Amino acid sequence: MEGAGVRIAVSELDMRVASSVDEALRILRDEKRTPIAGATDVYVALNFGTLTPRRFLDIWTLDELRTIFVHQDKLVIGALASYTTLMQSHLVAERVPMLAEASRLVGGVQIQNRGTLGGNIANGSPAADGVPVLSATDATVVMRSLDGERRVPINSFYTGYRSTVMKPDELIVAIEIPPVEGKQWFRKVGTRAAQAISKIVMAAVRAPSPKIALGSVAPTVVRAKMTEQALAGGASIEEASRILGEEIVPIDDVRSTADYRRRVSMNLLRRFWADTA
Amino acid sequence: MRFNLNGADVDVGMHPMSRLLDVLREEHNLTGTKEGCGEGECGACTVLVDGEPVCSCLIPVSQVDGAEVVTIEGLGGNHPLQQLFMNEVGAQCGICTPGMIMAALALPDDPTLDDVKTALAGNLCRCTGYSAIYRAVLKWKGQE
Amino acid sequence: MTAVGTSVARKDGIGKATGGARYADDLVFPGMIHGRTIRSTIPRGRIKSIRYDFDTSGFTIVDYRDVPAKNAVDLMSQDQPFLAEHEVRHMAEPIVLLAHEDKETLHAAKVVIEYQEEDPLFDPEKSTLSFKDIAIEKGNVETGLRSADVIVEGVYRTGHQEHVYIEPNGVIAVPEEGGIAIHGSVQCPFYVIKALRCLLGSAHPNVRVIQTETGGGFGGKEEYPSMIAGHAVLLALKSGRPVKIIYDRAEDMVATTKRHPSIVRHRTGLTKSGKLVAMDIDVLMDGGAYVTLSPTVLSRGCIHAAGPYSCDNVTIRGRTVFTNTPPNGAFRGFGAPQTEFAVEVHMDRIAEQLGMDPVELRRINALKPGDRTATGQTLRDDTSAHMVLEEAVKRTDFQRKRKEYKGTNRSIGLSLFYHGAGFTGAGERNLKSRARLDLTPTGVRIAVGSTEIGQGTRTMHAQIVTDALGIPYESVEVAQPDTSRVADSGPTVASRTCMVVGKILEECAIEMKSKLGELSPAEYYARHGELSVERMYEPPDWIQWDDAAYRGDAYATYGWGCDVAELELDPDTYEVKPIKLTAVQEFGRPIHPALARGQIEGGTAQGLGYAILEKVVMKNGAMANGQLTNYVIPTTLDMPELDVVMMENPYPGGPFGAKGLGELPMDGPAPAVVNALRAMGLDVREIPATPELLSTAPTI
Repeated sequence: MEGAGVRIAVSELDMRVASSVDEALRILRDEKRTPIAGATDVYVALNFGTLTPRRFLDIWTLDELRTIFVHQDKLVIGALASYTTLMQSHLVAERVPMLAEASRLVGGVQIQNRGTLGGNIANGSPAADGVPVLSATDATVVMRSLDGERRVPINSFYTGYRSTVMKPDELIVAIEIPPVEGKQWFRKVGTRAAQAISKIVMAAVRAPSPKIALGSVAPTVVRAKMTEQALAGGASIEEASRILGEEIVPIDDVRSTADYRRRVSMNLLRRFWADTA
Repeated sequence: MRFNLNGADVDVGMHPMSRLLDVLREEHNLTGTKEGCGEGECGACTVLVDGEPVCSCLIPVSQVDGAEVVTIEGLGGNHPLQQLFMNEVGAQCGICTPGMIMAALALPDDPTLDDVKTALAGNLCRCTGYSAIYRAVLKWKGQE
Repeated sequence: MTAVGTSVARKDGIGKATGGARYADDLVFPGMIHGRTIRSTIPRGRIKSIRYDFDTSGFTIVDYRDVPAKNAVDLMSQDQPFLAEHEVRHMAEPIVLLAHEDKETLHAAKVVIEYQEEDPLFDPEKSTLSFKDIAIEKGNVETGLRSADVIVEGVYRTGHQEHVYIEPNGVIAVPEEGGIAIHGSVQCPFYVIKALRCLLGSAHPNVRVIQTETGGGFGGKEEYPSMIAGHAVLLALKSGRPVKIIYDRAEDMVATTKRHPSIVRHRTGLTKSGKLVAMDIDVLMDGGAYVTLSPTVLSRGCIHAAGPYSCDNVTIRGRTVFTNTPPNGAFRGFGAPQTEFAVEVHMDRIAEQLGMDPVELRRINALKPGDRTATGQTLRDDTSAHMVLEEAVKRTDFQRKRKEYKGTNRSIGLSLFYHGAGFTGAGERNLKSRARLDLTPTGVRIAVGSTEIGQGTRTMHAQIVTDALGIPYESVEVAQPDTSRVADSGPTVASRTCMVVGKILEECAIEMKSKLGELSPAEYYARHGELSVERMYEPPDWIQWDDAAYRGDAYATYGWGCDVAELELDPDTYEVKPIKLTAVQEFGRPIHPALARGQIEGGTAQGLGYAILEKVVMKNGAMANGQLTNYVIPTTLDMPELDVVMMENPYPGGPFGAKGLGELPMDGPAPAVVNALRAMGLDVREIPATPELLSTAPTI
């Protein structure tokens, strides 16, 4: 808490800029570096001591990771696609409109222009706005290293609070979203109407086997599996909502309370069910 | 590395992980871009990078290598929106004003009030309650 | 052609819109080094040792032993040290100062402080140390309560509020020939001078303070800049170089002042027909660890605690107490938003218990000319409670909507409020504010210490002088406040800059006009050379105030407001979505309608934030959410449509009939919003009314 600007010594930071994905992968194999995409979280995390690495790899210029296309009926989103790009993409609007909706609710225009889906995933925040959508749609994270590509379902990607299965030499290159069967439903409950961090975020798909993912109610973004099973098995929405309340493990923090998060999650489940009936 | 700053190419002498904001203010003495929070929340440091509003407090200068950066100084002093911000009292204390103007520049033609609100949702103002800012921007766009 | 009453071009020029305006952090002086404040990391204890865990060469290091005269920020009391000596009373208390020319080296320096920790006191209700006690008595409240048909009681709470001026605090101390100059983001340059004289003593007589362009204040730059200026000066004296201290947002939020949290208790007696017969009010404010301005905040809070209502028997007891938290201080409204929140929510609860319409209850009791306030002040013709109430009710179709919205998730509520303009009681008389007009080769220059912090001081003063002198607006200049060159017009606080300082300027202009005779300023200057007129403020002679008994004319006049909040409540998330806020306010007469509207719109936005969004989370005596990410003020998308109505009822003692305005709009939004929630069936008696609070609020 002293002095304007950055509190860490910028001169002790080390940055390399990758000019191609292959070069980025070589660098990641040879050196321990943290990739930087749109950088929306870097200085904040450095200042508050939550980002300890001092060596970085700038991948922002890798345009080949910005494309959005359909391949073998999966929506493939380049890791560096910004929220603005996601909001403007016809493919996203057609196939996963709730991802466009989530993108609209991320920060202001300035953040939407720089924040990327890959960064949102790699950052590992349980409050990430985009990740519940990926979780509810059974998306797959595509990682690449010099050893080749590896595909990990988003729902197996996180191992704990801000920790993932990624190896240091791997780079997230894309996200694959299979066709979504059923009505999509998304709701972010932030600290205010814009420029807000989620207190609760829920993404869900209404199908014979409903899919329900939540952010900010556990150490990672989670799928509410017991709730899903109950609903798939014909339980009443009241029963399902009771199960959801028991299934999630929200906490008190400076933004909200565990009680509120639990109560509102249950309300949102009911709202999802009524809206998609 | 170099980038285009308000129409002229400039070399970067500072560390590549210096924040773009610090490069603008310290290396180029362009102090119209303000630091309100250093966390991308207030938007006072908004500049245009290749035409898109971004928070210059979040961006390492290495990421604008080869890009076009426009700051409030790049508008000169006769842009109609600048005059409207003063006349409509969209600027009170003025600290958010440069960032607010830079964000407003990215608005499409014929914006609705909701468009203006959405475009400026990343810029905090503590003085005006925003109403006078809407009046300035909508007048500039010929909507009022 | 008159300037007053029209929205003339502002004296700020275009600089704020071009980036050309220079704020503290934009200034660089030759040889300048950067200062950093090492602060306590415990809320209470004693300093055992301080170790400098870095190579100190090239550093300037200052602790309390470097203070030339007295280690005390001279404000109302001299209890707060510039640098803690042995005792620490709150988190983030300044202990050591470092300066270095390289910011990175400065930030890397590690200072290790060992403490003997003591049990901190955080709960104001458990505090036994009161900084100030106030008792206001009118009639006999016990007799009144005995005669009452109905007694309604309630307890109301308000939280801290952070100013969030978008420019954090910053000051630069620059040694100069024979003295030292302070450039800074300050509201009150002469407060800084007073504090520095105490710090430095007679050995350093030539200190001047120059206000830089200031990125918002709202009271947050009233007293704390004196502390920062003292730090910069100590470092500058020791290093012999200019020293810049700019706080980052986190430091600004954790270390500097906030609005006082309050607990207000009401016990009110009424007749069956709704006439107030007794108001027994108890006000508790959390002052924090040092006195700062708490006694005067409490004073204004207490004087406004009975609301804009007439009652024969009133007791108001107030105290502001010590806790081990950073000192709370001035914030737009200065105690009144807290107590007016309480009384306005209480009024709606009374209406509820009487089964009466809340508008009707206010009609029966609202102050009229000739009525006497709790301090015994007889109100004059510029009393507008009924006028603003009726206008707001009519304009918003309040009664119809109130009925129509019953049972839905939409609701409407209102608040009636007032705000005393200028310093309390004998304050303006004791202050002896001065203003000066200097002739220039082309016109006149205003030379006052009143600061432009966004509200329009420069413009509004120039308009008053223009019309009083009968010269073109363009020929009036406004000097940058530099304490060595301008008259001490008193602090830029208390909604006094237009009404009080503007009045002195009007008188200066009238006197100058008579001296000029038939000549224009330029002609006079060409023939006779320089001419200055300086005058001192004379409050109206009828103002009588007994500070010991707290009786008399608390304020020369009051502004009046009625706010109507229309909102929706999300049934799933308990989020309040404001739909429309109508602010009907009477403040004499607007000098510059666009600037005046800006004050109301901006104050209303701050009031809305106070009502539903802005929660300071305190952990172990410090703000735990000291980031703009986690302490949330309204964005564009949080703000509803604002409908502002400016009504006129001129105050004869103000320039062109103007009263104070700056603070009035802060008083109304919170109770209007909470009363709308109440109309929806939610029993809320506390702000901020966050979704978390509303999710567990009892229903009525």
